[in-house]
Amino acid sequence: MAPSEFLAEYLPILIFMGIAAFIAVAAIVLSLLVGKQNPDSEKLSAYECGFDAFDDARSKFDVRYYLVAILFIIFDLEIAFLFPWAVSLGEIGLLGFWSMVSFLGILTVGFIYEWKKGALEWE
Amino acid sequence: MTELWNQYGMDTVFMLAHMGAIVGAVLGAVAYYTYLERKVMGAMQRRQGPMTVGPFGLLQPIADGLKLLSKETIIPSQANRPVFLIAPMLTFALALIAWAVIPVSAKIVLADINVGILFLFAISSMGVYGVIMAGWASNSKYAFLGALRSASQMVSYEVSMGLIIVTVLLCAGSLNLTEIVVADRPFWVQVMLFPMFIVFLVSILAETNRAPFDLPEGESEITGGFMVEYSAMTFALFFLGEYANMILMSAMTVILFLGGWLPPFGIEALAIVPGVLWFVAKTVLIMFFFVWARATFPRYRYDQLMRLGWKVFLPFTLIWVLVVSGSLLAFDALP
Repeated sequence: MAPSEFLAEYLPILIFMGIAAFIAVAAIVLSLLVGKQNPDSEKLSAYECGFDAFDDARSKFDVRYYLVAILFIIFDLEIAFLFPWAVSLGEIGLLGFWSMVSFLGILTVGFIYEWKKGALEWE
Repeated sequence: MTELWNQYGMDTVFMLAHMGAIVGAVLGAVAYYTYLERKVMGAMQRRQGPMTVGPFGLLQPIADGLKLLSKETIIPSQANRPVFLIAPMLTFALALIAWAVIPVSAKIVLADINVGILFLFAISSMGVYGVIMAGWASNSKYAFLGALRSASQMVSYEVSMGLIIVTVLLCAGSLNLTEIVVADRPFWVQVMLFPMFIVFLVSILAETNRAPFDLPEGESEITGGFMVEYSAMTFALFFLGEYANMILMSAMTVILFLGGWLPPFGIEALAIVPGVLWFVAKTVLIMFFFVWARATFPRYRYDQLMRLGWKVFLPFTLIWVLVVSGSLLAFDALP
């Protein structure tokens, strides 16, 4: 496929992105214009069940959220490897299959380790 | 100029009309999805649902939209203003952009790119940015907690969704959505994909933060989660984005598992009905499933949610990828 044809396939997506962004911005601008804006300091304070906010919301949070994010990166990368493998398995045959099995096997060892370590526990 | 017009004019007009149709269809579908949801939930709880605005309450979504448009936009004083405003725009725009590659029938697709499923997967993964930006920018404790919960929930279920997509790709041998739909699947392959279909249905509930996995909103604990500080159109964009995402996920399920625009069960006689209608009918079926699940199940606990995602779905789908690829290889059924 020629590069220009290749790009032509993606051009509608680019234009569509522009349209989607335009609609999103237009909706908010329109609402700012139409709606009556009447701010005051109580109305604009952060919502905390009627109290004044005790402190800044950007405080420490549970490390497990961070752990989940890291695990996600590992497994999502693995899936990124699986996509081309899945499409071309018919051509690479048994060799391709067993290479992927060994790759997944190594990852599974890591997965079992993190499971046993309790990285997946939420109490 | 005339030469340029002769060469590209009609194509451009056709393309723009197509885009307009997609935007109109998605926004209309979202509006009436909310109506459907309220009516169906009403019926399941022996209530009427909306019935005052227009006949059978049919104008309710329009009235709601106008109300949200005319409300005051509140931006909290402690908030990070640009990010606070970009978050809903991003959520909404992403939910719309993904529709560019969805083939609603054999011929009708805006951009028939050869990596359609990757594009869909990428766009739906980016949804988490809108959530985390909203939670961070609001500078409110509820919003922050909701965003954290939502982000880790979405990434957790994305892993198993990715593996499920891989099993479908094994049977289709292509990343193009049209080819995935028309790929020939023998009966035994369909049987083997059935468990993946069920896992996918549960995962899309979690991925779109819907009940019974609606912990990010968790009205009773964190009062609306990452959306708590949003009002008027900024809230409406989140709302539109969420429902557009639900419809998108339904369409994705239909493309991956239910044969897209093809008549059900391969009955040739039913092909008289245009493919678009079959596509819409199947999508509405999955959309109904979303509402049905919401009316039926109580909310999950967060540790249960994480256990299901990481300890049940992930190992199961991983093993199933090997089972499917192994048997396709053994029976020489790979495309």
